[in-house]
Amino acid sequence: MVLGAIFFYLFSALVIASGVMVIGSRNPVHSVLFLILAFVNAAGLFVLLGAEFLAMILIVVYVGAVAVLFLFVVMMLDVDFVELRQGFLDYLPIGALIGIVLLAELLLVIVGWTFASDAMVTAPPPSGMTNTEALGAILYTRYVYFFQAAGMVLLVAMVGAIVLTLRHRENVKRQSIPDQVARSPATSVEVRKVESGKGI
Amino acid sequence: MGEFFNDYVVPAAIMIGQSLLLLVVLLIFVAYILYADRKIWAAVQMRRGPNVVGPWGLLQSFADLIKFVLKEPVIPAGANKGVFLLAPLVTTVLALSAWAVVPVAAGWVIADINVGILYIFAISSLGVYGVIMAGWSSNSKYPFLSALRSAAQMVSYEVSIGFVIVTVLLCVGSLNLTDIVLAQGKGLGTELGLPSSFLDWHWLVLLPMFVIFFISALAETNRPPFDLVEAESELVAGFMVEYSSSPYMLFMLGEYVAIVLMCALTTILFLGGWLPPVDVVPFTWVPGVIWFILKVSAVFFMFAMVKAFVPRYRFDQLMRLGWKVFLPISLFMVVAVAFVLQLTGWGA
Repeated sequence: MVLGAIFFYLFSALVIASGVMVIGSRNPVHSVLFLILAFVNAAGLFVLLGAEFLAMILIVVYVGAVAVLFLFVVMMLDVDFVELRQGFLDYLPIGALIGIVLLAELLLVIVGWTFASDAMVTAPPPSGMTNTEALGAILYTRYVYFFQAAGMVLLVAMVGAIVLTLRHRENVKRQSIPDQVARSPATSVEVRKVESGKGI
Repeated sequence: MGEFFNDYVVPAAIMIGQSLLLLVVLLIFVAYILYADRKIWAAVQMRRGPNVVGPWGLLQSFADLIKFVLKEPVIPAGANKGVFLLAPLVTTVLALSAWAVVPVAAGWVIADINVGILYIFAISSLGVYGVIMAGWSSNSKYPFLSALRSAAQMVSYEVSIGFVIVTVLLCVGSLNLTDIVLAQGKGLGTELGLPSSFLDWHWLVLLPMFVIFFISALAETNRPPFDLVEAESELVAGFMVEYSSSPYMLFMLGEYVAIVLMCALTTILFLGGWLPPVDVVPFTWVPGVIWFILKVSAVFFMFAMVKAFVPRYRFDQLMRLGWKVFLPISLFMVVAVAFVLQLTGWGA
């Protein structure tokens, strides 16, 4: 248990520290790298909770795919920090408001958890089942419609994004594999007798 | 105090010992894999390959190691120093850490975790960061282009690798790598009344997925013909242009450790891990770890042969193959395999 506590505080401290560095560092690429560090440490916390499936999915989805695209975009941006800092005061009230709302929600959760812990019933993990199986069993039975609906929402979003950005440009040379395979000497080579000094 | 000693110190010491043993064996194996890669490539091109250091050039990799370590690392003036030096470490450490869950024989695994295959998938999906960080922090054109290419390439091929892994998991019903190997002890061959043999392994029942996984593994580890990340005819050496001495060696090492990992994963998922090819007497005398190493070497031989005789892909062809060929096939196969398993009642 002592070891668990040590690792909990280690991971938590690293998550918080890298979270601070995400907003604190001057270079946006460093910010994204710290964000990745925060994700990885959050995955460590999930492992400590015994939710190893969620930990791995967090790394695969957020670190392995989403953050790569993030980094991709941030690397290409040419951010002017002087300009960025000028707008800081304009956005301060709305930023502070959002921060306060988030803080209030967090406090509500903590207060509810401490004073009415019996109101929030957490099912014990089913014995003889890994948590991957337990998660699958509940997602595909009890919550199957919600799960499918979430999938549909994502599909619609994906199709929408493609429809919005897809453009068919004229006069672009594209490779067509069937055309290439279907070529034969008869369709692609023409033998001509060229007289000397004349050309074709 | 005694309790503390038994609870923490002894397990930690055992684990560190196991890790060191695995690390040493793995690094020596990688040294000879590098040598084999060069020798096979040379043989295909009718050259001799490394043949000077040691008998038949067997110590070439170690000579290279000493050379890299003793030279001076050069850091470009415009580079982002911290990230520049972190990138090769990230590549190597990630590649090595994935080995913690690989079972090399029955029970021979450092961490026998329930989500082993997901762990490997997660770690190998992090491999792209070494390349991106190196490309960006070098503050130079070719490395940056290479970083962009690698980000697109590795994310694309992860998708099809993920679906291939899902089909295997459907057949096995577990994410544990040991369970995946043991599930290949019975299958198509035993259904026909034969003893447990190589006919039971997944490569036969899931042959299309085996092919897709092999090709995607080439792309995921930036092996030729998908080595557009370091295509020397276009990008000099890609993300490694600005690196020299030990940092360069760490990249090289990380790359080859990741390649051997992919060979090991192919072995575990499709070639029955440490199981003998036929479960009868002369074959069962050979220990499982020998079979495992032989199979990994055989898969690597295929990797090396592909490098030797397939020309490099163009980037648009690479993307087409990933998204328009492999993704639909693997997506269809997931549905088909699930359908067959549900109808016949095979699997878990």
